[in-house]
Amino acid sequence: MRVGLFVTCLADVMRPSIGLATLELLKREGCEVIFPEGQTCCGQPAYNSGDRHTAQEFARKVISEFADVDYVVIPSGSCGGMVKTHYEELLNDSPEYRARAQWLAARTYELTDFLVNVLNVDSFDTTFQGSITYHDSCAGLRELGIKKQPRKLLDRLNHVEVKEMSGPEQCCGFGGAFSVKYGDISSRIVDLKCDDIEATEADAVVLGDLGCMMNIEGKLRRRGNHKTKVLHIAEVLTGLVGNETE
Amino acid sequence: MEITSQQFKAVSSSKLKDAKLQKALKQAKGGFVVSRAKVVKELDNFEEIRQAASDVRDHCLAHLDSYLEEWERRAQEAGTVVHWAESYEELNSIVVQIAQDNQVKKIIKSKSMVGEETGLNQYVEGHGIEVKETDLGEYIIQQAGEHPSHIIAPATHKSKDDVSELFAEKHKRPRLDDAEKLTHEAREILRPHFLDADMGITGANFMIAETGSTVIVTNEGNGRMTTTMPRVHVAISSIEKCLPTLDDFALMMRLLPRSATGQVISNYVSMTTGPKRAGDKDGPEKFHVIILDVGRTRVLGSELRDALRCIRCGACMNHCPVYQNVGGHAYGWVYPGPIGSVLTPAYNGIENAIDLPNAATMCNQCGVVCPVKIPLPDLMRKLREKQFEKKLKSNMEHWSLRLWAYLALRPKIYSIVTRVMARIGRILGGDSRRIRRMIIVGQDWTKNRDMPAPSGRTFRDIYLNKMNKR
Ligand code: SF4
Repeated sequence: MRVGLFVTCLADVMRPSIGLATLELLKREGCEVIFPEGQTCCGQPAYNSGDRHTAQEFARKVISEFADVDYVVIPSGSCGGMVKTHYEELLNDSPEYRARAQWLAARTYELTDFLVNVLNVDSFDTTFQGSITYHDSCAGLRELGIKKQPRKLLDRLNHVEVKEMSGPEQCCGFGGAFSVKYGDISSRIVDLKCDDIEATEADAVVLGDLGCMMNIEGKLRRRGNHKTKVLHIAEVLTGLVGNETE
Repeated sequence: MEITSQQFKAVSSSKLKDAKLQKALKQAKGGFVVSRAKVVKELDNFEEIRQAASDVRDHCLAHLDSYLEEWERRAQEAGTVVHWAESYEELNSIVVQIAQDNQVKKIIKSKSMVGEETGLNQYVEGHGIEVKETDLGEYIIQQAGEHPSHIIAPATHKSKDDVSELFAEKHKRPRLDDAEKLTHEAREILRPHFLDADMGITGANFMIAETGSTVIVTNEGNGRMTTTMPRVHVAISSIEKCLPTLDDFALMMRLLPRSATGQVISNYVSMTTGPKRAGDKDGPEKFHVIILDVGRTRVLGSELRDALRCIRCGACMNHCPVYQNVGGHAYGWVYPGPIGSVLTPAYNGIENAIDLPNAATMCNQCGVVCPVKIPLPDLMRKLREKQFEKKLKSNMEHWSLRLWAYLALRPKIYSIVTRVMARIGRILGGDSRRIRRMIIVGQDWTKNRDMPAPSGRTFRDIYLNKMNKR
């Protein structure tokens, strides 16, 4: 099975451990992993800022890069949602690319969805131990229906206890450019998220989107919380965590 | 109503610091969300009903001209006088004309968002006619001289304490602290007005084509008194509120109260078909309906058309993380929250509400609760596209995006630039691995948050290195 890894621009630059952990998970299951070297971004920043033309260029680029794989796996619900639910509409003025966008969408999976629903992985070898609380990032949840998948995976870990927060589906306030353009509002929203996370007293908050992770981690630390870890689910499933992978 | 949406950013920041407002918002937030979730769960086919309602609204909008004509014909057959208004001024002057023709001195009014759009109260009062809001929430904000901050709970930005203070001051009576007593006092003050008002003004949630009726959905008895007690009743609505049949209305009613307040049915559903007939015990002698079309026809022919399906339940704002924290006034016009972020620029011109479609996380908490499935984030994105086309984006945003896109579409240069950036970021992060203050871009991020530093090497770098070593 040829699996294309779309690592996402944010993970590439900010937190490569997410890519390494994803790679590890796929390899362990015997996938032949392809990493198209020219990959950068899915185009969402342009799309959401209203620059449709540039977003189309990115969509065509991604479609061409992943033209000969059986699956594309993305460790992000937000970028996965972009490819799976927006490319087709974005490219609807070109019948050729529209069809190719459909083709790609059908093969593209968010990581946890792929592990549960395509690979049926049932055990993980990880060094991670402790209690965690899972935050459902918006695009993964509402565009791709990622809700049970990560919980199923976490349930299979022997030394991990899941403590649900009161509002796991409540937006963390990241929203891409929103977090910078409307910093005050964004910061207030994530403050409330942090209250909810801390109330669980979990050792770590785990999620599947680096944008939201940076937002939450940045806020927790500014609040003086240096204890609660902020982890990507791929990091938890492999034990390859954050900076330790350098 | 005058539009102040261009001040969104500054106003929202001050609202975040307004302790009183924050307290009131916190109280309000839980209530609607929790009760809606409960009643929605009780139905096992809520999603099917949503789809059906969305389809009915779409059908209606596709044939709006013929349904409006049918409605007008039936309404006239029942004795209703129908007026069409193409501007706010026109609607307001029709109301004043009706009042003057009927020697009206005092008007009692039940909630109307269209009336907020046109600034009706001020206009009518300017012509020497007294207007009393009778819906409790509207009464409170009329006393306070404010505007609604929510489409179904207009005074939701006020805490009970605020109301106690306000009533004590305006009613010149001892301060009361109990919500029930406060309501009672407002009723007592309003009662004589119901008895001597000459005219009643209401909104209309829907107009039903097959019967020529107008409908109001309320939780307070004031609506019914406003439609039946005064000699003259004027209902104001807008063209998109038309529904083909009573069955369609029944379908909407399965969704509206559930989505709005988490009730299975509202306390009152009042349907008015023409004035009082011979033998009727009550009802107005004259019944006028004024239907507004400001912006609607234009939106109907645009990419934003889906927004006209709205049945004004307020669920989108109740579930919006931005609205929940800044409240309705920050949005600067009649309709706040996600639907407001679409309608405000759609009706007033996109250059007059630049922030609104951008001040959203695109979380889609609104879209999934909207009873008529309006894809609110998609509509906001369409508005962003319009802003981009019209070059209404700030220079900073425009050029940083251009630079990023230039690089990210050229992988070779991009890989070098990102490798350097990851290094620099790592160094800036220091031992704590956090950046506490960013300059040029992202200052607003680090004002109240740290920025986790990159870990030093890009994935591409690590991966390709590994592959080469093999
Ligand atoms: S947009 Fe939808 S959720 Fe918002 S008020 Fe209208 S009908 Fe209700």
